[in-house]
Amino acid sequence: MVTAVLERPTHPTTVTVDIKQPKASLKNLEFFYGATRALKGITLDIEETAVTALIGPSGCGKTTLLRCFNRMHDLTPNIRYAGEINLYPDGINIISDEIDPIEIRMRIGMVFQKPNPFPKNIYDNVAYGLRVRGERNRGWINDKVEQALRDAALWEEVKDRLREPGTALSGGQQQRLCIARALATDPEMLLFDEPTSALDPIATASIEELIGQMNQNVTVVIVTHNMQQAARVSKHTAFMYLGEVIEYGVTDQIFTNPQTKRTADYITGRFG
Amino acid sequence: MPEHILSAYDAELDRLSKMIVEMGGLAESQLAAAIEAVIKRDSELAARVIESDDKVDQLERDLDNLAIRLLALRQPMARDLREIVAALKIGSDIERICDYAANVAKRSIALAQTPPIQPVHSLPRMAHFALLEVKDVIDAYVARDADKAFAVWVRDEELDEMYASLFRVFLTYMMEDPRNIGPCTHLLFMAKNIERIGDHATNIAENVYYLVHGIPLTEARPKGDRSSLEVVAPRPSGQAGAR
Repeated sequence: MVTAVLERPTHPTTVTVDIKQPKASLKNLEFFYGATRALKGITLDIEETAVTALIGPSGCGKTTLLRCFNRMHDLTPNIRYAGEINLYPDGINIISDEIDPIEIRMRIGMVFQKPNPFPKNIYDNVAYGLRVRGERNRGWINDKVEQALRDAALWEEVKDRLREPGTALSGGQQQRLCIARALATDPEMLLFDEPTSALDPIATASIEELIGQMNQNVTVVIVTHNMQQAARVSKHTAFMYLGEVIEYGVTDQIFTNPQTKRTADYITGRFG
Repeated sequence: MPEHILSAYDAELDRLSKMIVEMGGLAESQLAAAIEAVIKRDSELAARVIESDDKVDQLERDLDNLAIRLLALRQPMARDLREIVAALKIGSDIERICDYAANVAKRSIALAQTPPIQPVHSLPRMAHFALLEVKDVIDAYVARDADKAFAVWVRDEELDEMYASLFRVFLTYMMEDPRNIGPCTHLLFMAKNIERIGDHATNIAENVYYLVHGIPLTEARPKGDRSSLEVVAPRPSGQAGAR
Protein backbone atom coordinates (compact mmCIF):
# COMPACT_ATOMS: atom_id res chain seq x y z
CA MET A 1 0.00 0.00 0.00
CA VAL A 2 1.42 3.33 -1.00
CA THR A 3 1.23 5.78 1.84
CA ALA A 4 2.60 8.94 0.27
CA VAL A 5 0.80 11.98 1.54
CA LEU A 6 -0.87 14.31 -0.91
CA GLU A 7 0.94 17.58 -0.42
CA ARG A 8 0.09 20.87 -1.98
CA PRO A 9 2.41 21.87 -4.79
CA THR A 10 5.34 23.83 -3.39
CA HIS A 11 5.13 26.57 -6.00
CA PRO A 12 1.99 27.92 -7.56
CA THR A 13 2.07 27.79 -11.36
CA THR A 14 2.49 31.17 -13.01
CA VAL A 15 -0.22 31.09 -15.63
CA THR A 16 -0.26 33.88 -18.19
CA VAL A 17 -2.69 32.38 -20.66
CA ASP A 18 -6.44 32.04 -20.69
CA ILE A 19 -7.57 28.85 -22.41
CA LYS A 20 -11.03 29.42 -23.84
CA GLN A 21 -11.73 25.99 -25.24
CA PRO A 22 -9.92 23.20 -23.42
CA LYS A 23 -9.54 19.79 -24.99
CA ALA A 24 -8.20 18.45 -21.75
CA SER A 25 -8.15 19.92 -18.34
CA LEU A 26 -5.79 18.77 -15.60
CA LYS A 27 -6.81 19.23 -12.01
CA ASN A 28 -4.29 18.61 -9.24
CA LEU A 29 -2.75 15.78 -11.19
CA GLU A 30 -0.39 13.72 -9.07
CA PHE A 31 1.62 10.74 -10.14
CA PHE A 32 3.67 8.35 -8.03
CA TYR A 33 6.29 5.78 -8.91
CA GLY A 34 6.13 3.81 -5.67
CA ALA A 35 6.65 6.46 -3.02
CA THR A 36 8.28 8.91 -5.43
CA ARG A 37 6.00 11.78 -6.20
CA ALA A 38 6.83 12.51 -9.85
CA LEU A 39 4.03 14.97 -10.56
CA LYS A 40 3.05 17.36 -7.80
CA GLY A 41 -0.43 18.70 -8.24
CA ILE A 42 -0.49 19.91 -11.82
CA THR A 43 -3.41 22.06 -12.87
CA LEU A 44 -3.64 23.37 -16.41
CA ASP A 45 -5.82 23.36 -19.50
CA ILE A 46 -4.77 22.14 -22.94
CA GLU A 47 -6.36 24.17 -25.71
CA GLU A 48 -8.32 22.33 -28.37
CA THR A 49 -6.67 21.97 -31.80
CA ALA A 50 -3.62 23.90 -30.65
CA VAL A 51 -0.08 22.69 -30.09
CA THR A 52 1.08 22.74 -26.50
CA ALA A 53 4.75 22.20 -25.69
CA LEU A 54 6.14 20.80 -22.45
CA ILE A 55 9.69 21.84 -21.75
CA GLY A 56 12.03 21.41 -18.80
CA PRO A 57 15.25 19.74 -17.76
CA SER A 58 15.63 15.96 -17.75
CA GLY A 59 13.74 14.33 -14.93
CA CYS A 60 11.29 17.21 -14.47
CA GLY A 61 8.31 14.99 -15.22
CA LYS A 62 7.33 16.16 -18.68
CA THR A 63 7.39 12.69 -20.23
CA THR A 64 5.65 11.28 -17.15
CA LEU A 65 2.95 13.91 -17.64
CA LEU A 66 2.65 13.18 -21.34
CA ARG A 67 2.28 9.47 -20.71
CA CYS A 68 -0.56 10.07 -18.28
CA PHE A 69 -2.66 11.34 -21.16
CA ASN A 70 -3.02 7.91 -22.72
CA ARG A 71 -2.39 5.81 -19.65
CA MET A 72 1.00 4.56 -20.77
CA HIS A 73 1.98 4.04 -17.16
CA ASP A 74 -0.66 1.40 -16.53
CA LEU A 75 1.71 -1.54 -16.98
CA THR A 76 4.42 -0.15 -14.70
CA PRO A 77 4.18 -1.77 -11.28
CA ASN A 78 3.56 0.29 -8.14
CA ILE A 79 2.32 3.40 -9.82
CA ARG A 80 -0.55 5.56 -8.76
CA TYR A 81 -2.46 8.39 -10.34
CA ALA A 82 -4.37 11.04 -8.39
CA GLY A 83 -6.37 14.05 -9.43
CA GLU A 84 -8.05 14.40 -12.80
CA ILE A 85 -7.37 14.66 -16.49
CA ASN A 86 -10.72 15.49 -18.00
CA LEU A 87 -11.01 14.93 -21.71
CA TYR A 88 -13.59 16.95 -23.59
CA PRO A 89 -16.15 17.13 -25.17
CA ASP A 90 -17.53 14.31 -22.98
CA GLY A 91 -15.52 15.24 -19.88
CA ILE A 92 -14.39 11.74 -18.91
CA ASN A 93 -11.54 11.47 -16.44
CA ILE A 94 -8.76 9.74 -18.39
CA ILE A 95 -7.00 8.37 -15.31
CA SER A 96 -10.11 6.99 -13.64
CA ASP A 97 -10.04 3.21 -13.12
CA GLU A 98 -13.43 2.92 -14.79
CA ILE A 99 -12.09 4.15 -18.08
CA ASP A 100 -10.68 1.52 -20.43
CA PRO A 101 -7.18 2.56 -21.54
CA ILE A 102 -7.78 0.99 -24.97
CA GLU A 103 -10.64 3.38 -25.52
CA ILE A 104 -8.43 6.29 -24.48
CA ARG A 105 -5.65 5.24 -26.83
CA MET A 106 -8.11 5.14 -29.72
CA ARG A 107 -8.78 8.79 -29.08
CA ILE A 108 -5.29 9.84 -28.08
CA GLY A 109 -2.36 8.68 -30.21
CA MET A 110 1.29 8.80 -29.36
CA VAL A 111 4.53 9.20 -31.27
CA PHE A 112 7.73 8.29 -29.48
CA GLN A 113 11.28 9.53 -29.43
CA LYS A 114 12.64 6.67 -31.49
CA PRO A 115 10.56 5.58 -34.46
CA ASN A 116 8.99 2.26 -33.58
CA PRO A 117 7.25 0.82 -36.62
CA PHE A 118 5.77 -2.64 -36.15
CA PRO A 119 7.72 -5.48 -37.79
CA LYS A 120 5.18 -5.43 -40.59
CA ASN A 121 5.00 -3.89 -44.00
CA ILE A 122 4.28 -0.20 -44.48
CA TYR A 123 0.62 -0.73 -45.34
CA ASP A 124 -0.07 -2.99 -42.38
CA ASN A 125 1.65 -0.60 -40.01
CA VAL A 126 -0.88 2.09 -40.88
CA ALA A 127 -3.86 -0.25 -41.18
CA TYR A 128 -3.13 -1.90 -37.83
CA GLY A 129 -5.17 0.43 -35.66
CA LEU A 130 -8.14 0.25 -37.99
CA ARG A 131 -8.13 -3.56 -37.98
CA VAL A 132 -7.79 -3.69 -34.21
CA ARG A 133 -10.87 -1.57 -34.12
CA GLY A 134 -12.65 -4.22 -36.17
CA GLU A 135 -12.69 -2.60 -39.59
CA ARG A 136 -12.97 -5.22 -42.34
CA ASN A 137 -13.94 -3.13 -45.38
CA ARG A 138 -10.83 -3.28 -47.58
CA GLY A 139 -11.68 -0.37 -49.82
CA TRP A 140 -12.33 1.84 -46.81
CA ILE A 141 -9.11 0.76 -45.14
CA ASN A 142 -7.18 1.41 -48.38
CA ASP A 143 -8.54 4.95 -48.51
CA LYS A 144 -7.78 5.52 -44.87
CA VAL A 145 -4.19 4.27 -45.22
CA GLU A 146 -3.58 6.48 -48.22
CA GLN A 147 -5.05 9.51 -46.49
CA ALA A 148 -3.01 8.93 -43.34
CA LEU A 149 0.17 8.54 -45.37
CA ARG A 150 -0.66 11.70 -47.29
CA ASP A 151 -1.35 13.59 -44.08
CA ALA A 152 1.99 12.38 -42.77
CA ALA A 153 3.65 13.64 -45.98
CA LEU A 154 4.94 10.15 -46.71
CA TRP A 155 2.62 8.95 -49.47
CA GLU A 156 4.70 10.12 -52.44
CA GLU A 157 7.76 8.37 -51.07
CA VAL A 158 6.16 5.00 -50.29
CA LYS A 159 3.15 4.59 -52.59
CA ASP A 160 5.03 2.11 -54.81
CA ARG A 161 6.49 0.08 -51.96
CA LEU A 162 3.63 -0.33 -49.50
CA ARG A 163 4.46 -4.05 -49.06
CA GLU A 164 8.04 -3.42 -47.98
CA PRO A 165 8.82 -3.64 -44.27
CA GLY A 166 8.37 -0.42 -42.35
CA THR A 167 11.77 -0.90 -40.81
CA ALA A 168 13.38 -0.57 -44.26
CA LEU A 169 12.59 3.14 -44.32
CA SER A 170 14.97 5.87 -43.22
CA GLY A 171 14.70 7.24 -39.67
CA GLY A 172 12.72 10.30 -40.72
CA GLN A 173 10.42 8.22 -42.90
CA GLN A 174 9.89 5.73 -40.08
CA GLN A 175 8.90 8.57 -37.79
CA ARG A 176 6.42 9.85 -40.37
CA LEU A 177 5.15 6.27 -40.72
CA CYS A 178 4.51 6.24 -36.97
CA ILE A 179 2.67 9.54 -37.31
CA ALA A 180 0.61 8.09 -40.18
CA ARG A 181 -0.17 5.08 -38.00
CA ALA A 182 -1.32 7.40 -35.24
CA LEU A 183 -3.36 9.55 -37.64
CA ALA A 184 -5.12 6.61 -39.29
CA THR A 185 -7.51 6.14 -36.39
CA ASP A 186 -8.56 9.82 -36.48
CA PRO A 187 -7.33 10.65 -32.99
CA GLU A 188 -8.62 13.72 -31.20
CA MET A 189 -5.28 14.27 -29.62
CA LEU A 190 -1.71 13.36 -30.49
CA LEU A 191 1.15 13.12 -28.03
CA PHE A 192 4.71 13.57 -29.24
CA ASP A 193 7.55 12.54 -26.97
CA GLU A 194 10.72 14.11 -28.38
CA PRO A 195 9.66 13.12 -31.89
CA THR A 196 12.72 14.51 -33.66
CA SER A 197 15.59 13.99 -31.26
CA ALA A 198 16.80 10.98 -33.23
CA LEU A 199 16.41 12.66 -36.63
CA ASP A 200 18.62 14.79 -38.86
CA PRO A 201 17.73 18.47 -39.49
CA ILE A 202 15.88 17.77 -42.74
CA ALA A 203 13.74 15.00 -41.28
CA THR A 204 13.20 17.25 -38.23
CA ALA A 205 11.97 20.06 -40.47
CA SER A 206 9.51 17.77 -42.24
CA ILE A 207 8.12 16.51 -38.92
CA GLU A 208 7.74 20.08 -37.67
CA GLU A 209 6.03 21.05 -40.90
CA LEU A 210 3.67 18.15 -40.34
CA ILE A 211 2.87 19.16 -36.78
CA GLY A 212 2.23 22.69 -38.02
CA GLN A 213 -0.29 21.53 -40.61
CA MET A 214 -1.91 19.01 -38.33
CA ASN A 215 -3.24 21.37 -35.78
CA GLN A 216 -6.40 22.32 -37.64
CA ASN A 217 -8.24 19.30 -36.29
CA VAL A 218 -5.99 17.54 -33.79
CA THR A 219 -4.88 18.72 -30.38
CA VAL A 220 -1.16 18.21 -30.03
CA VAL A 221 0.97 17.96 -26.92
CA ILE A 222 4.69 17.78 -27.55
CA VAL A 223 7.60 17.16 -25.22
CA THR A 224 10.84 18.50 -26.57
CA HIS A 225 14.33 19.33 -25.41
CA ASN A 226 14.84 21.51 -28.43
CA MET A 227 13.80 24.95 -27.27
CA GLN A 228 13.71 26.41 -30.74
CA GLN A 229 11.44 23.58 -31.78
CA ALA A 230 9.04 24.34 -28.96
CA ALA A 231 9.14 28.00 -29.95
CA ARG A 232 8.48 27.18 -33.60
CA VAL A 233 5.70 24.63 -33.39
CA SER A 234 3.68 25.46 -30.31
CA LYS A 235 1.06 27.99 -29.37
CA HIS A 236 1.37 27.46 -25.65
CA THR A 237 4.31 26.31 -23.58
CA ALA A 238 4.52 24.88 -20.09
CA PHE A 239 7.85 24.92 -18.30
CA MET A 240 8.21 22.08 -15.80
CA TYR A 241 10.69 21.63 -13.01
CA LEU A 242 10.85 18.90 -10.37
CA GLY A 243 7.37 17.63 -11.09
CA GLU A 244 5.65 20.98 -11.15
CA VAL A 245 4.57 23.37 -13.85
CA ILE A 246 6.47 26.55 -13.03
CA GLU A 247 5.14 28.71 -15.81
CA TYR A 248 2.46 28.22 -18.44
CA GLY A 249 1.82 30.79 -21.11
CA VAL A 250 1.70 31.82 -24.74
CA THR A 251 4.85 30.49 -26.38
CA ASP A 252 5.98 33.85 -27.78
CA GLN A 253 5.79 35.33 -24.33
CA ILE A 254 7.58 32.43 -22.64
CA PHE A 255 10.49 32.65 -25.03
CA THR A 256 10.84 36.43 -25.26
CA ASN A 257 9.79 37.54 -21.81
CA PRO A 258 9.27 34.75 -19.29
CA GLN A 259 7.78 35.85 -16.01
CA THR A 260 9.67 33.58 -13.65
CA LYS A 261 13.39 33.47 -13.07
CA ARG A 262 13.55 29.69 -13.27
CA THR A 263 12.00 29.67 -16.72
CA ALA A 264 14.32 32.44 -17.88
CA ASP A 265 17.39 30.66 -16.53
CA TYR A 266 16.43 27.42 -18.18
CA ILE A 267 15.60 28.71 -21.64
CA THR A 268 18.64 30.96 -21.78
CA GLY A 269 20.97 28.13 -20.76
CA ARG A 270 21.75 29.30 -17.24
CA PHE A 271 20.45 26.29 -15.35
CA GLY A 272 23.04 25.24 -12.80
CA MET B 1 21.89 37.24 -13.46
CA PRO B 2 23.75 33.90 -13.20
CA GLU B 3 26.25 33.00 -15.87
CA HIS B 4 25.54 30.82 -18.85
CA ILE B 5 26.57 27.20 -18.77
CA LEU B 6 28.53 28.05 -21.92
CA SER B 7 31.12 30.58 -20.79
CA ALA B 8 31.98 31.55 -24.38
CA TYR B 9 28.42 32.82 -24.75
CA ASP B 10 28.86 35.16 -21.80
CA ALA B 11 32.14 36.40 -23.23
CA GLU B 12 30.48 37.17 -26.57
CA LEU B 13 27.54 38.97 -25.00
CA ASP B 14 29.98 40.95 -22.93
CA ARG B 15 31.94 41.92 -26.02
CA LEU B 16 28.74 43.01 -27.76
CA SER B 17 27.88 45.23 -24.84
CA LYS B 18 31.38 46.72 -24.74
CA MET B 19 31.19 47.55 -28.43
CA ILE B 20 28.02 49.54 -27.82
CA VAL B 21 29.69 51.38 -24.99
CA GLU B 22 32.69 52.14 -27.20
CA MET B 23 30.42 53.42 -29.97
CA GLY B 24 28.48 55.46 -27.44
CA GLY B 25 31.67 57.03 -26.15
CA LEU B 26 32.68 57.91 -29.68
CA ALA B 27 29.27 59.44 -30.35
CA GLU B 28 29.64 61.66 -27.30
CA SER B 29 33.12 62.83 -28.23
CA GLN B 30 32.16 63.35 -31.89
CA LEU B 31 29.17 65.46 -30.95
CA ALA B 32 31.13 67.46 -28.38
CA ALA B 33 33.91 68.11 -30.89
CA ALA B 34 31.42 69.13 -33.59
CA ILE B 35 29.85 71.68 -31.25
CA GLU B 36 33.25 73.01 -30.31
CA ALA B 37 34.13 73.33 -33.98
CA VAL B 38 31.01 75.45 -34.47
CA ILE B 39 31.68 77.72 -31.50
CA LYS B 40 35.41 78.15 -32.07
CA ARG B 41 35.13 78.23 -35.86
CA ASP B 42 37.76 75.50 -35.85
CA SER B 43 37.71 73.89 -39.29
CA GLU B 44 40.57 71.52 -38.51
CA LEU B 45 38.69 70.06 -35.59
CA ALA B 46 35.62 69.78 -37.82
CA ALA B 47 37.67 67.89 -40.41
CA ARG B 48 38.80 65.45 -37.75
CA VAL B 49 35.20 64.82 -36.72
CA ILE B 50 34.25 64.09 -40.31
CA GLU B 51 37.21 61.76 -40.68
CA SER B 52 36.47 59.87 -37.48
CA ASP B 53 33.01 59.01 -38.69
CA ASP B 54 34.50 56.07 -40.61
CA LYS B 55 35.63 54.56 -37.34
CA VAL B 56 32.07 54.50 -36.03
CA ASP B 57 30.84 52.98 -39.27
CA GLN B 58 33.44 50.24 -38.98
CA LEU B 59 32.48 49.59 -35.37
CA GLU B 60 28.86 49.28 -36.36
CA ARG B 61 29.74 46.72 -39.03
CA ASP B 62 31.74 44.73 -36.46
CA LEU B 63 28.85 44.94 -34.05
CA ASP B 64 26.40 43.71 -36.70
CA ASN B 65 28.67 40.80 -37.54
CA LEU B 66 29.02 39.74 -33.94
CA ALA B 67 25.27 40.08 -33.31
CA ILE B 68 24.42 38.04 -36.39
CA ARG B 69 26.96 35.41 -35.39
CA LEU B 70 25.42 35.24 -31.92
CA LEU B 71 21.92 34.90 -33.33
CA ALA B 72 23.02 32.07 -35.60
CA LEU B 73 25.21 30.19 -33.13
CA ARG B 74 23.47 30.63 -29.82
CA GLN B 75 19.83 30.85 -30.83
CA PRO B 76 19.25 33.22 -27.95
CA MET B 77 16.09 33.29 -25.90
CA ALA B 78 14.37 35.73 -23.59
CA ARG B 79 16.72 38.32 -22.07
CA ASP B 80 19.65 37.17 -24.21
CA LEU B 81 17.57 37.62 -27.33
CA ARG B 82 16.55 41.09 -26.20
CA GLU B 83 20.19 41.92 -25.43
CA ILE B 84 21.25 41.09 -28.95
CA VAL B 85 18.32 42.69 -30.75
CA ALA B 86 18.69 45.81 -28.61
CA ALA B 87 22.43 45.94 -29.37
CA LEU B 88 21.70 45.78 -33.10
CA LYS B 89 19.17 48.59 -32.91
CA ILE B 90 21.11 50.75 -30.49
CA GLY B 91 24.20 50.34 -32.66
CA SER B 92 22.42 51.74 -35.68
CA ASP B 93 21.00 54.63 -33.63
CA ILE B 94 24.49 55.52 -32.40
CA GLU B 95 25.81 55.34 -35.94
CA ARG B 96 23.10 57.81 -37.02
CA ILE B 97 23.95 60.12 -34.11
CA CYS B 98 27.54 60.17 -35.35
CA ASP B 99 26.37 60.91 -38.89
CA TYR B 100 24.47 63.94 -37.60
CA ALA B 101 27.50 65.06 -35.59
CA ALA B 102 29.62 64.76 -38.74
CA ASN B 103 27.06 66.81 -40.63
CA VAL B 104 27.17 69.52 -37.96
CA ALA B 105 30.97 69.51 -38.32
CA LYS B 106 30.71 69.75 -42.10
CA ARG B 107 28.37 72.75 -41.86
CA SER B 108 30.64 74.39 -39.30
CA ILE B 109 33.35 74.57 -41.96
CA ALA B 110 30.98 76.42 -44.30
CA LEU B 111 29.81 78.59 -41.43
CA ALA B 112 33.36 79.53 -40.50
CA GLN B 113 33.82 81.01 -43.95
CA THR B 114 31.10 83.60 -43.38
CA PRO B 115 31.37 86.48 -40.92
CA PRO B 116 30.33 85.53 -37.37
CA ILE B 117 26.69 86.22 -36.61
CA GLN B 118 24.86 86.62 -33.33
CA PRO B 119 22.47 83.61 -33.47
CA VAL B 120 25.39 81.13 -33.40
CA HIS B 121 25.37 81.61 -29.65
CA SER B 122 21.92 80.11 -29.35
CA LEU B 123 23.06 76.74 -30.64
CA PRO B 124 25.43 75.43 -27.90
CA ARG B 125 22.78 75.31 -25.19
CA MET B 126 20.63 73.02 -27.29
CA ALA B 127 23.62 70.98 -28.39
CA HIS B 128 24.81 70.43 -24.84
CA PHE B 129 21.33 69.35 -23.86
CA ALA B 130 21.41 66.76 -26.64
CA LEU B 131 24.90 65.69 -25.63
CA LEU B 132 23.70 65.09 -22.11
CA GLU B 133 20.81 63.02 -23.47
CA VAL B 134 23.25 60.84 -25.39
CA LYS B 135 25.54 60.51 -22.40
CA ASP B 136 22.71 59.63 -20.03
CA VAL B 137 21.12 57.10 -22.34
CA ILE B 138 24.45 55.32 -22.85
CA ASP B 139 24.88 55.33 -19.07
CA ALA B 140 21.38 53.89 -18.78
CA TYR B 141 22.41 51.15 -21.20
CA VAL B 142 25.58 50.36 -19.26
CA ALA B 143 23.64 50.14 -15.99
CA ARG B 144 20.66 48.44 -17.67
CA ASP B 145 18.68 51.15 -15.89
CA ALA B 146 15.20 51.41 -17.42
CA ASP B 147 14.19 54.33 -15.17
CA LYS B 148 17.13 56.40 -16.29
CA ALA B 149 16.35 55.54 -19.91
CA PHE B 150 12.76 56.58 -19.37
CA ALA B 151 13.92 59.90 -17.89
CA VAL B 152 15.90 60.61 -21.07
CA TRP B 153 12.91 59.66 -23.15
CA VAL B 154 10.70 62.13 -21.30
CA ARG B 155 13.32 64.87 -21.37
CA ASP B 156 13.59 64.85 -25.13
CA GLU B 157 10.41 66.90 -25.29
CA GLU B 158 12.43 69.81 -23.96
CA LEU B 159 14.93 69.43 -26.77
CA ASP B 160 12.10 69.52 -29.26
CA GLU B 161 10.90 72.75 -27.69
CA MET B 162 14.39 74.24 -27.85
CA TYR B 163 14.51 73.38 -31.52
CA ALA B 164 11.14 74.99 -32.15
CA SER B 165 12.26 78.18 -30.43
CA LEU B 166 15.63 78.24 -32.24
CA PHE B 167 13.75 77.78 -35.48
CA ARG B 168 11.86 80.99 -34.78
CA VAL B 169 15.04 82.81 -33.76
CA PHE B 170 16.84 81.89 -36.98
CA LEU B 171 13.78 82.75 -39.02
CA THR B 172 13.64 86.17 -37.42
CA TYR B 173 17.30 86.84 -38.20
CA MET B 174 16.77 85.79 -41.77
CA MET B 175 13.80 88.11 -42.14
CA GLU B 176 15.75 90.98 -40.63
CA ASP B 177 18.69 90.77 -42.98
CA PRO B 178 18.94 88.63 -46.14
CA ARG B 179 22.71 88.34 -45.58
CA ASN B 180 21.89 86.14 -42.60
CA ILE B 181 20.06 83.63 -44.80
CA GLY B 182 23.19 81.65 -45.73
CA PRO B 183 24.66 81.16 -42.24
CA CYS B 184 21.25 80.87 -40.61
CA THR B 185 20.27 78.09 -42.98
CA HIS B 186 23.35 76.17 -41.90
CA LEU B 187 22.48 76.86 -38.27
CA LEU B 188 18.93 75.74 -38.88
CA PHE B 189 20.11 72.44 -40.34
CA MET B 190 22.53 72.02 -37.45
CA ALA B 191 19.72 72.55 -35.00
CA LYS B 192 17.60 70.07 -36.91
CA ASN B 193 20.46 67.55 -36.80
CA ILE B 194 20.80 68.02 -33.07
CA GLU B 195 17.07 67.61 -32.62
CA ARG B 196 17.30 64.35 -34.59
CA ILE B 197 20.16 63.23 -32.34
CA GLY B 198 17.73 63.61 -29.45
CA ASP B 199 15.23 61.41 -31.30
CA HIS B 200 17.86 58.71 -31.70
CA ALA B 201 18.68 59.01 -28.01
CA THR B 202 15.00 58.36 -27.24
CA ASN B 203 15.07 55.37 -29.59
CA ILE B 204 17.98 54.03 -27.58
CA ALA B 205 16.03 54.76 -24.39
CA GLU B 206 13.11 52.72 -25.75
CA ASN B 207 15.43 49.84 -26.54
CA VAL B 208 17.03 49.95 -23.10
CA TYR B 209 13.57 49.89 -21.58
CA TYR B 210 12.54 46.92 -23.71
CA LEU B 211 15.79 45.16 -22.98
CA VAL B 212 15.22 45.44 -19.26
CA HIS B 213 11.48 44.87 -19.01
CA GLY B 214 10.65 42.87 -22.11
CA ILE B 215 7.73 45.15 -22.88
CA PRO B 216 7.82 48.19 -25.15
CA LEU B 217 7.79 51.68 -23.76
CA THR B 218 4.34 52.31 -25.07
CA GLU B 219 3.17 55.65 -23.83
CA ALA B 220 2.79 58.10 -26.69
CA ARG B 221 5.90 60.10 -27.41
CA PRO B 222 5.80 63.68 -26.14
CA LYS B 223 5.57 66.02 -29.05
CA GLY B 224 6.85 69.50 -28.28
CA ASP B 225 8.21 70.10 -31.74
CA ARG B 226 5.73 72.27 -33.59
CA SER B 227 8.28 73.90 -35.88
CA SER B 228 7.14 71.87 -38.83
CA LEU B 229 3.83 73.71 -38.49
CA GLU B 230 5.39 77.21 -38.31
CA VAL B 231 4.99 79.50 -41.28
CA VAL B 232 6.30 82.94 -42.04
CA ALA B 233 3.34 85.09 -41.14
CA PRO B 234 2.03 86.76 -44.29
CA ARG B 235 2.64 90.47 -44.22
CA PRO B 236 0.00 93.03 -45.00
CA SER B 237 -0.61 93.28 -48.74
CA GLY B 238 1.62 95.57 -50.80
CA GLN B 239 4.81 94.51 -49.09
CA ALA B 240 7.43 92.19 -50.49
CA GLY B 241 7.85 88.63 -49.38
CA ALA B 242 4.19 88.06 -48.80
CA ARG B 243 3.85 85.15 -51.13
